[in-house]
Order: sequence, then C-alpha cells, then structure tokens
Amino acid sequence: MATQAHHSTTRRDFIFVATGSVAAVGAAATVWPLINQLNPDASTLALASIEFNLANIPEGQSVTITWRGLPVFVRHRTQAEIDEARAVPLSELKDPATDEQRTKEGHAQWLIMIANCTHLGCVPVGDSGDFDGWFCPCHGSHYDSAGRIRRGPAPANLVLPPYEFLSDTLVQIG
Amino acid sequence: MSEHSTYTPGTGIEKWLDERLPIIRFSKEHLMDFPTPKNLNYWWTFGAILVMCLGIQIVTGVILAMHYTPNVAMAFDSVEHIRRDVNGGRMIQSFHAVGASMFFAAVYIHIFRGMYFGSYKAPREILWILGVLIFVLMMATAFMGYVLPWGQMSGWAATVITNIFAAIPVIGTPLLELLRGGFSVGNPTLNRFFSLHYLLPFVIAAVVALHIWALHVPGNNNPVGVDVKDSRDTLPFHPYYTMKDAFGMVLFLIPFCWFAFFAPDILGHPDNYIQFNSQVTPAHIVPEWYFLPFYAILRAIDFNILFIDSKLGGVIFFGGSIVILFFLPWLDTAKTRSGNFRPMFKWFYWIFVVNFIALTYLGAAPAEGIYVILAKISTAYYFLHFLFILPILGRIETPRPLPTSISESVLSKKHA
Repeated sequence: MATQAHHSTTRRDFIFVATGSVAAVGAAATVWPLINQLNPDASTLALASIEFNLANIPEGQSVTITWRGLPVFVRHRTQAEIDEARAVPLSELKDPATDEQRTKEGHAQWLIMIANCTHLGCVPVGDSGDFDGWFCPCHGSHYDSAGRIRRGPAPANLVLPPYEFLSDTLVQIG
Repeated sequence: MSEHSTYTPGTGIEKWLDERLPIIRFSKEHLMDFPTPKNLNYWWTFGAILVMCLGIQIVTGVILAMHYTPNVAMAFDSVEHIRRDVNGGRMIQSFHAVGASMFFAAVYIHIFRGMYFGSYKAPREILWILGVLIFVLMMATAFMGYVLPWGQMSGWAATVITNIFAAIPVIGTPLLELLRGGFSVGNPTLNRFFSLHYLLPFVIAAVVALHIWALHVPGNNNPVGVDVKDSRDTLPFHPYYTMKDAFGMVLFLIPFCWFAFFAPDILGHPDNYIQFNSQVTPAHIVPEWYFLPFYAILRAIDFNILFIDSKLGGVIFFGGSIVILFFLPWLDTAKTRSGNFRPMFKWFYWIFVVNFIALTYLGAAPAEGIYVILAKISTAYYFLHFLFILPILGRIETPRPLPTSISESVLSKKHA
C-alpha cells in the first residue's frame, strides 16, 4: 500500500481488521448451533432422574438398571463384603476412597454405581476378579467389593451417580 | 503436464468444447498420455485397486442405505432384512462388509510399498501427507460403518472408541456427550454415525482427487527411485498401465470374491449377530483386524507416565502412532529413495513390517501375561523405528550406487 510509507497503520487497516473480526464472530455464531445440535437433546435430558425400589433384591444379589441410558449396578452387599472393603488400607488404593465415602450412612449394604468401567466404558462382570468385586473383560481392570479400582488400566473407581434414599427401600437416582 | 499433450480436437464439436471446458484434453493428458516410469512393478497397481475399492464401497453403500434403517429399534433387523429379503441383498451386503477389509488390506500394501521405495521423499511429501489423511478418513468411515448393524460389537466399539475422547483433560466428558448426543451410546449416536458414514466416502473421494493431483505434479516414483530423465524412461499411462492395473484388479478380486461368496463372516465376530445390549459387554471385545496394531498400542500403555494417567497415555500413544506417519518425509533423512539401494534400511524395514504384524497379533490377544510385555516392546519398537532408526540410518548408511537412469536399470536387468 502506498500509504504505508507515511503511517504504520491507517484507518483503512483498522476498518479491514474490524470488518474481518465481525465476520469471524458472525461465522462462529452461525457455526455454534450447527455444533450444539450434537449435544444431548431435551428427550435425553428428560430421563435424568428415576426412582427404584430396592425391596426385591436379596442380600448378595445385584441388579443392573438403566439411568440416562447408562447401566447402573445396584448391589445388596453381604456383611462379609462390607467388612472386606473396610479392611483395605487406603495406601493400597490407586484412587483412594473409604468404603463409607462409597455408600450412604446407614445404608452400607447398598452399593449403587454407574456400571461403565472408567477405562473405556465396558460393563464389568460381577462376582469376579481378584478382589471379590467386578472384573472388566475388555482390558482387565479389577474392582473390589466397594467398586474401587485395584488393578488394571482403569484410572478411577466406578463412578457413583448422584442418589438419595427416599425411604429404606426406595432410592432416587439423579 | 500440458507439454505431453498430443490432443488435437478432431471434430467441430470437440473444438467448440475444448475452448470452453477442456475436459477431453484434461482426461487425455492425465488418464491416457500421462508419462509413467516404465519400470513400475505390481506393487504400483494398488493405487488403481484402491480406487476400485472406494468405488465398490460407494456403490454398494448407496444401495444398502436404500434398505437400512438408522434407528436403534430397527437397525439390527434391517440389516438382517437386507441379508434375507432384499433381492440380491445378501451379496450386496457381504461385498460391502468384506469390501471394507479388502480396502484396508490394499491400503496397507500401498502404504508399505511407499515406505519401502521411499515414495514419501521430496518432492512427494504432500502426496504422502494426503495419503495419510485418506487413511485416517478411512479409519473413521470404517469405524462408523461398523456401528451401523447395531450388534454387540457395534455398540461396544462405539462405546469404547468414543470413550477415548473422554481421556482428554477438562473438555473430555462434555466432548464425549457431544459426540454421543447423550450420556451413553444410543439412538442419537447411531443416527449421526449413519449421516457421517454416508458423507465421509465422498470426502475421501475428494482427497483422492488431490492425492492424484499431487501425484501428477512430480509424476510417479519407481522401484529404482531415480527421477525420470527423458521420454525413453516413460510409457504413456494408457494402454500400458491401464492394462497392468486392470490385470492387478482382476487378481485382487479373486480373494475379494472368495471372501464375499464363501466366507462373508470369517473376518467378523459372531457377537455382532446379537443385538446391542448396553448392560452387557461381550467377554472378548476386539476391533476389526485392520485396527488391531493401533489397538495394541492403545492397550500397551497401562501405567502412569509422570502426571499423565494410563488412560490418557494410551490415547496419546495411539494418536501418536498415526500422527507420526505425517512426519515420515522429514524423519527419514536418507536421500536415496528406493530400499533396493539401501543395504541397512532394507533390514530395518522388514523388522518394522514383522513388528507391525506382531502388533496386529497382540491387538487380538488377551491383555494378560506375556502378551502385555510383548505389546509394550512392540509399541516401543514402532516409535523407535520412526524417531531413532530412520534419522540415524540416513546419516550412517552408505547406499549402493544408483543407475544413471530408469532406462539403464531396465536394460541392465534384461542382460543380466
């Protein structure tokens, strides 16, 4: 530009950059809804809270229910399983958490966890593995009787969904 | 390369068209007269074979989409409907499913041919990079296509592979939900995968056009790796290489048809004939054979590296194993292109091939015992080859003397 000999920046340069900036913001604002449509839709979000009756699960049994499309383990633990989980020193754990932190106070027999392995999301198999808990067949992660990661590639314990006890036998997840 | 054009419009209509859209001139220059080194061997027919594979996948795929339903309630049944009820659907579906495997078999041969003969070296770096890009697009397309039948392997492949993105710090979980369109793999996931699976082959076709454009600027590499010097080194593409490529395609179609007609399911997994159940994972999930080497690398990192946990570490190595291919033209510092004239490279090349096959085997093996250790060694060697062996070889190796021209190499072979 001829004017560059006189000024390092001209009004024309400013207008050029300002126009370009507005165009870039406009383009981004147009693209966002085209990306955002990929996010979970209203019907998916509407499934966010469920109630579940625990009365029919005998001690030592577990069921898999569905919450937000995710499998959730609900296990009625035996006293032996609870004792075993509580006897483990925290120093042995890859993702330290006490058994009390994994359950609700006064409901230690109920273990409620999202059933996807924290490695790559497979559903671990119950009553198996080297720690009397769960074993993930995909890449060999072992979880103990409190759902804590003990061995294998998974980085964290099985995730606890938000839940609360409405009564001794009725639980609300989500 | 318009200087090679021999096209003169014959009729008035051709002359009229040539002045407005010289499409006949273009086709003649690039599909018929294009000067091609006269010493290309059969490994060079895989480019044309791959174009054929893409064509087969697009034609069979468009047909399958006429009968397939991308909804979790109906997808599994609609594939069975195609195989049982649709006229000829059994063969069209098996050609599409087997075609994916054959496509990858051909692309691996094509890539390893390029690696041996140094086809990525100057001035063909962009050609190589576009090729790696096609490979990445093929992997994305094949993965999403594999999800569509909505069997157990489909759903769990979708779960595991989308979960890879959850390893990214901070944005991992929101990104995972964005990709899946939900908290788990479900109907929104299937729907978008179908949409993208239909789109990506056409993106691949466009990048293939760029790949061929980038090929036609410097022209083909060749088995001796010396540049074309004059017209005695080349032959016109048609009829010499159209016929050689056609013969290569026919040979390639023999195993292709054997699989499609006699063993359409041999490359798949029986578990994929059980409809996807998000509450139960099959005991052994393995990806399709063409992803196994990279899957082995993903699994090999089961230990934390400093502040990087094992999951993110696996993802970094998995991504790195593919990204590193983009840098191959600069990692290999040797000036000599063809492996035939590189006495040391030749050995390391074959060790790399064996190591890659080992990774394929280990990707399918259970993640326990000796396999875990071997997978780590093979993964380390994969990166060692690119990051240390190739750069060092270029400095310490003395290549054998090159022939002065393609013509000379061809003639000396004949008299030998």
